[in-house]
Amino acid sequence: MPPEATTAEPWAPAVERALAAHKTRPGALLPILHEIQHALGYVPPAAVPVIADALNLSRAEVHGVVTFYHEFREQAPGRHVVKICLAEACQSLGCEELLAHAKARLGVELHGTTADGAITLEPVYCLGNCMLSPSLMADGEIHGRVTPQSFDRLTAELREAR
Amino acid sequence: MSTRVFIPRDSGALSVGAEKVARAIATEAAVRNLPVTIVRNGSRGLYWLEPLVEVETPAGRVAYGPVSAADVPALFEAGFLTGGRHGLNLGLTEEIPFLKKQERLTCARVGITDPVSVADYEAHGGYRGLRNAIRMEPAAIVEQVTQSGLRGRGGAAFPTGIKWKTVLGATGDQKYVVCNADEGDSGTFSDRMIMEGDPLVLVEGMTIAALAVGAAQGYIYSRSEYPHAIAALTEAIQGAYRAGFLGPDILGSGKRFDLEVRVGAGAYVCGEETALLESLEGKRGVVRYKPPLPAIEGLFGKPTVINNVISLASVPIILDRGAAYYRDYGMGRSRGTLPIQLAGNIRHGGLVEKAFGVTVRELLYDYGGGTLTGRPIRAVQVGGPLGAYLPESQFDTPLDYEAFVAINAMVGHGGIVVFDDTVDMAKQARWAMEFCAIESCGKCTPCRIGSTRGVEVLDKVMAGQDREANVALTRDLCNTMLYGSLCALGGMTPYPVLSALNHFPDDFGLPAAEPAAAAR
Ligand SMILES: Cc1cc2nc3c(=O)[nH]c(=O)nc-3n(C[C@H](O)[C@H](O)[C@H](O)COP(=O)(O)O)c2cc1C
Ligand code: SF4
Ligand code: FES
Repeated sequence: MPPEATTAEPWAPAVERALAAHKTRPGALLPILHEIQHALGYVPPAAVPVIADALNLSRAEVHGVVTFYHEFREQAPGRHVVKICLAEACQSLGCEELLAHAKARLGVELHGTTADGAITLEPVYCLGNCMLSPSLMADGEIHGRVTPQSFDRLTAELREAR
Repeated sequence: MSTRVFIPRDSGALSVGAEKVARAIATEAAVRNLPVTIVRNGSRGLYWLEPLVEVETPAGRVAYGPVSAADVPALFEAGFLTGGRHGLNLGLTEEIPFLKKQERLTCARVGITDPVSVADYEAHGGYRGLRNAIRMEPAAIVEQVTQSGLRGRGGAAFPTGIKWKTVLGATGDQKYVVCNADEGDSGTFSDRMIMEGDPLVLVEGMTIAALAVGAAQGYIYSRSEYPHAIAALTEAIQGAYRAGFLGPDILGSGKRFDLEVRVGAGAYVCGEETALLESLEGKRGVVRYKPPLPAIEGLFGKPTVINNVISLASVPIILDRGAAYYRDYGMGRSRGTLPIQLAGNIRHGGLVEKAFGVTVRELLYDYGGGTLTGRPIRAVQVGGPLGAYLPESQFDTPLDYEAFVAINAMVGHGGIVVFDDTVDMAKQARWAMEFCAIESCGKCTPCRIGSTRGVEVLDKVMAGQDREANVALTRDLCNTMLYGSLCALGGMTPYPVLSALNHFPDDFGLPAAEPAAAAR
């Protein structure tokens, strides 16, 4: 499929903007993917050929990069993303129990999105907040000393924030 | 006159509500018509007291903490703007024992200054190192760093001066300085604290490195999990450009150095230096074979200095006060200070910068105050997910690279994660293997396949299936990984596994270790 054929896609403007902003930088691919994901919440697989074409890379190379890094998603997440830290320091203060609570409350497994599309639950391995474990990140904001109660409050707030 | 009030912008402080506190203080001051200037500083590193609010008084800075937004009206009632009495009043910040006993060289300004103000940075001794360096021959700068005894704080403890010397001697039309700010190890946050609390010391360190090796371009590769660090760094870099400390003509020397921040995407292995360079080039973070060393063929194939945040942030004070000043701290071949991070199940978690030589026990009890849960400490993991678990019997080991190697452990990036007596060490061993499987770059078999096999075998051990045979298999597998892996991800995952097995055999359903086996 030639790139032109895809420009009518809803994601096309965001991809074009990211390419225009970073294409000529050395090592441009990660900055481009970050900007696309920032705008759309994910990197649409159908955008891979467009990116590859703009950077003179093969589709396999771009696809390889998207799938190598844990952070890049190939599917749209919920309106909010909650990442629970599962690394050692948070383990020492019960992140597993927190995770079990989160899964039960949200009715999802890791990488899943709640039925109402509000929250996607993801794992993360350390947020540099290991002195205030257990920690999580909600839409880019870090929360420390998280309890099941504060988790419920937070997710309720997120839902309210739309 | 307006009173200066310090409320951290550090992400740890924010994680427990510093933003709400800052807003509450601004609002309350406005309502009461009291002139305050709010400075968003870094964290002092006393995280159990965060949000820690400080007020500038004639006697010095007075601390209050942990402050919640709900406390703010009462604090005003108590006259906290003049250091008034209140249940949260902690006295003069500098007199708090946790802080007073430290030796803060690298983190001297963290929590004290406005992190993104070049003027504040200079007023607190910033850029004196660069001003010295700019008058020196490159080789003389390298010599100072070598003489200081500084070794890489990212994990491998390689002498920084020697690395720089190789890059200085390498020929290339273009050279790079890269800062490894991937800080993926659980239990570590000192890089983050520098980037959020004193980013200019890192910028200055990188600029000195550039002068020393003849590089014109620098990159800071930060992990994406650190949005506040990235924001503070970006702001600090812009300020440094405006003030002429970065750009085409640094301090009128005619020398150019450009610096930019790049962001990772959640891959632990990208902390490995060659995987990081691949990632910076826009590729998958797959580890490269060495040689060639990055010092010879690094980023885009050019000679490259790659150092950890703390390594680079320790350079300005060395160039400011001289190599001997720095070298006089420490023990044995571990010179200077180490920003140690107390993490996990610890009552007083946070940053303790001390000269090498402080013991694990002092850190855990004198600074850390034991566990948060109040139960006995059973094990600590030092040096991140690839570091060994230490039992109580090893707590008198001093923080010293060689002393740790002698007990088959590693200092690494100086993170200490504390576990109480409810920990299941077989589960921790299994986790080490699982983490390796999740994060393996896939280049070599012992790591890629071995870690997955390791999880399976440890599952069997934990289920009590052929226990002796499967423990033997685990040890075999560890040996294969130790000796057959290309990088330390596969090569050091055996450390937590074997240390758990050797020191905590009961957790694996094994009889207590013989002393000889435990020493191994
Ligand atoms: C799997 C793995 C992860 C690593 N992660 C980091 C890291 O997050 N930060 C870091 O500075 N060094 C890390 N290192 C060490 C680097 O490879 C390298 O030794 C370091 O950047 C050199 O800088 P230094 O000499 O200043 O320590 C890691 C190594 C491995 C094998
Ligand atoms: S040990 Fe693991 S992470 Fe390191 S190069 Fe081999 S496969 Fe990659
Ligand atoms: S281990 Fe959870 S924040 Fe570091």
